[in-house]
Amino acid sequence: MPELLTVKDLRIEATSYPPGEAPKTVTLVDGVSFSVEKGRVLGLIGESGAGKSTIGLSALAYGRGGARITGGAVTLNDTDILTLGRSGVRSVRGAKVCYVAQSAAAAFNPAHRLGEQVIEASLRHRIMSRDDAEARALHLFRILGLPNPETFGRRFPHQVSGGQLQRAMTAMALCPNPELIVFDEPTTALDVTTQIEVLAAIKHAIEETHTAALYITHDLAVVAQIADDIMVLRHGKTVEYGTTRQIIEAPGQDYTKALVSVRQIARPEAADQSTPILTIDRVSASYGNGFKVLHDVSLTLPKGQTLAIVGESGSGKSTLARVITGLLPPSEGRITFDGQELPKALKGRSKEQLRRIQMIYQMADTAMNPRQTVREIIGRPISFYEGIHGAKKTERVRQLLDQIEMGDRFLDRYPAELSGGQKQRVAIARALAAKPELILCDEPTSALDPLVAEGILKLLLKLQEETHVSYVFITHDIAIVRAIADSVAVMHRGRLVRFGPKSQALSPPFDAYTDLLLKSVPEMEIGWLERVLATRRMESAGN
Amino acid sequence: MRLASIPLSAWIGLAGIALALICALFAPLIAPYGETQVVGEVWLPPGGDFLLGTDNLGRDLLSRLIFGARTTVLVALAATVLSFSLGMALSFTAAVTGGFIDQLFSRFNDLMMAIPTLIFALVVLAVLPQHLWILILVMAVLDSTRVFRIGRAVALDVAVMEFVEAARLRGEGPIWIVFREILPNTLSPLLAEFGLRFAFSILFLSTLSFLGLGIQPPAADWGGMVKDNKDGIIFGISAALVPGAAIACLAISVNLVVDWMMKRTSSLKGGRGDA
Repeated sequence: MPELLTVKDLRIEATSYPPGEAPKTVTLVDGVSFSVEKGRVLGLIGESGAGKSTIGLSALAYGRGGARITGGAVTLNDTDILTLGRSGVRSVRGAKVCYVAQSAAAAFNPAHRLGEQVIEASLRHRIMSRDDAEARALHLFRILGLPNPETFGRRFPHQVSGGQLQRAMTAMALCPNPELIVFDEPTTALDVTTQIEVLAAIKHAIEETHTAALYITHDLAVVAQIADDIMVLRHGKTVEYGTTRQIIEAPGQDYTKALVSVRQIARPEAADQSTPILTIDRVSASYGNGFKVLHDVSLTLPKGQTLAIVGESGSGKSTLARVITGLLPPSEGRITFDGQELPKALKGRSKEQLRRIQMIYQMADTAMNPRQTVREIIGRPISFYEGIHGAKKTERVRQLLDQIEMGDRFLDRYPAELSGGQKQRVAIARALAAKPELILCDEPTSALDPLVAEGILKLLLKLQEETHVSYVFITHDIAIVRAIADSVAVMHRGRLVRFGPKSQALSPPFDAYTDLLLKSVPEMEIGWLERVLATRRMESAGN
Repeated sequence: MRLASIPLSAWIGLAGIALALICALFAPLIAPYGETQVVGEVWLPPGGDFLLGTDNLGRDLLSRLIFGARTTVLVALAATVLSFSLGMALSFTAAVTGGFIDQLFSRFNDLMMAIPTLIFALVVLAVLPQHLWILILVMAVLDSTRVFRIGRAVALDVAVMEFVEAARLRGEGPIWIVFREILPNTLSPLLAEFGLRFAFSILFLSTLSFLGLGIQPPAADWGGMVKDNKDGIIFGISAALVPGAAIACLAISVNLVVDWMMKRTSSLKGGRGDA
């Protein structure tokens, strides 16, 4: 079969301007070569900063934010698109090669109807008449399984859900009948139960239209479902390039092996779950406008153990954390901590009560004051709660840095000078500095790359062994729950649907929602998607 | 901080401010003639005994410029600093406390802003006794409404960040939250505003002097000097342009320094990284 897109020795550079220093040229992508045949899907996989999106955009001869393509060739149908002029490139973009962005919510213009935006490129490029384009859009809406395809195009972006918006974006990319589509992390921002629908829709649409695709993601399990070939990237260089079967089943490089085997932490649950440190008793909570977000939630967390709270976005799991901290006083119910009832609101709690419960946030970026150094950030709880200053405080900060496996040289760095994983470690050290008995972890690893997240999880487990701290671990990732939890609570729409020790909660018989949730988590296995979809069809046929 | 890291533009600004301050502090020593002394003919051209010529009453322009620096710099600087202290204290309190306090302060601020500044100043200054500190206070209070607006907007942006929430959860009091968590993250826009407000308060002082409610003659101030000599422009006499140029130079100097400080506070190292 003829090659549709051939990328050869691609080199992409950008110039950065660090304040007070001379401009530096950074090589983002170096010596990357691959080719895509018609109707095939190539998965580009790597951590953030691996250059995968930059490579994807080079198929449109586009460099984002000052990135320049400085070497190599991108050949589409025997034409090197890098040598085309402005108007030449314009006839390629949006007509022959289309792009699906990660955040559909940000990529659609909120002021125009979806239908107009879906057919816009086809009309602007004069590929088809308005009637034909509308007919094609309708056809695509049907293929992608959107509800009420006849009227879907008349809606505005804010009137449809995130998963539907992502599918509408796919329809927009497919509409001009392109030869190649670049999918840039199309399901990363979605919940697992939505992700599986979008994945299935994309896969179905690609098969129906025989379009070739570049599929960019950081999730190997996702790309295994959809790609024919996979290229693993790291620091802008190719690590491994082969068929999906070869990469998943027989990875050649150490880095690929690490990616495939990620989340191999397995910890047996604690046998004795009888002495509770935290008891949540029939708690309900609502926000100022009367909207009730928590309905009658009751949970217990044994001392020195980990309770994982799982749910999709909007399930109320973060709200529960806010209720425990006192930021959102519950409207009903009681919270008991170490045998004493906690005052409902933050104001009513004593300094000692505050010290014993600490919090770790999802985004370490915004959870730390950007104008304080690591020394100040970690040192503040020490001087605030214990009144320790000067050399003694510095000594404690050093010890904490040691505990989180970072060295002295980080003492006087600002958060902007740390990597994502390091920031999260500093946030953990800040929580530990207060010598807490309970740490609330609100998705602390979901913004991190898999290998970095793995490191953070291991650190949390190590610290639990050392200090016997208890964790409430909020996450949407079942794999993490399996790895670290002692007991599990599943939340859905503000209600607790399942609660118990891990062995019970994650084994059948399941309630309907937990079943859906567990089955939606992508597994590192070729053919998983088809299998799940087939079972679902059988179940719905059986009903 | 190393001196070598200060850019040339900031040095120029610092030199300008230093010059104005030296004039203000040592006016009687530097000035060749007295502030109100009539020394020659009206509107003599620059040169000879009078470096910058004489004004509409035959007073030495250079001497008056040097003495004028005292009042102008003192009043404008004091008024701006005071208005920033007041505006920022109130706006940060409003942003951090929220609820009733926020509503009270904000609506009162709206009320103050609804009255035209100049007319308000005229009425208040006409009623109150004519002291320099009253003038400064009135200017500061009127200007602080603008500072309140911008201060509340930037503080609200920062107050919802998670590191502020983390500080609250730690049990920190409002003083720490305002001065250690919020203030360092709002300096850039506030510094920019400071440079602008300082220039405006010189102009506002000139306006008040022009209307007879600012600095009282025969004391010199740069705005008043422009007014005194403005008629000379019709006859091709440049005396009015000299104090005007002094105002412009001082405003530019202040802004050069502020620009440099803004770059420093918004740099990636220790900054929010949004420079």
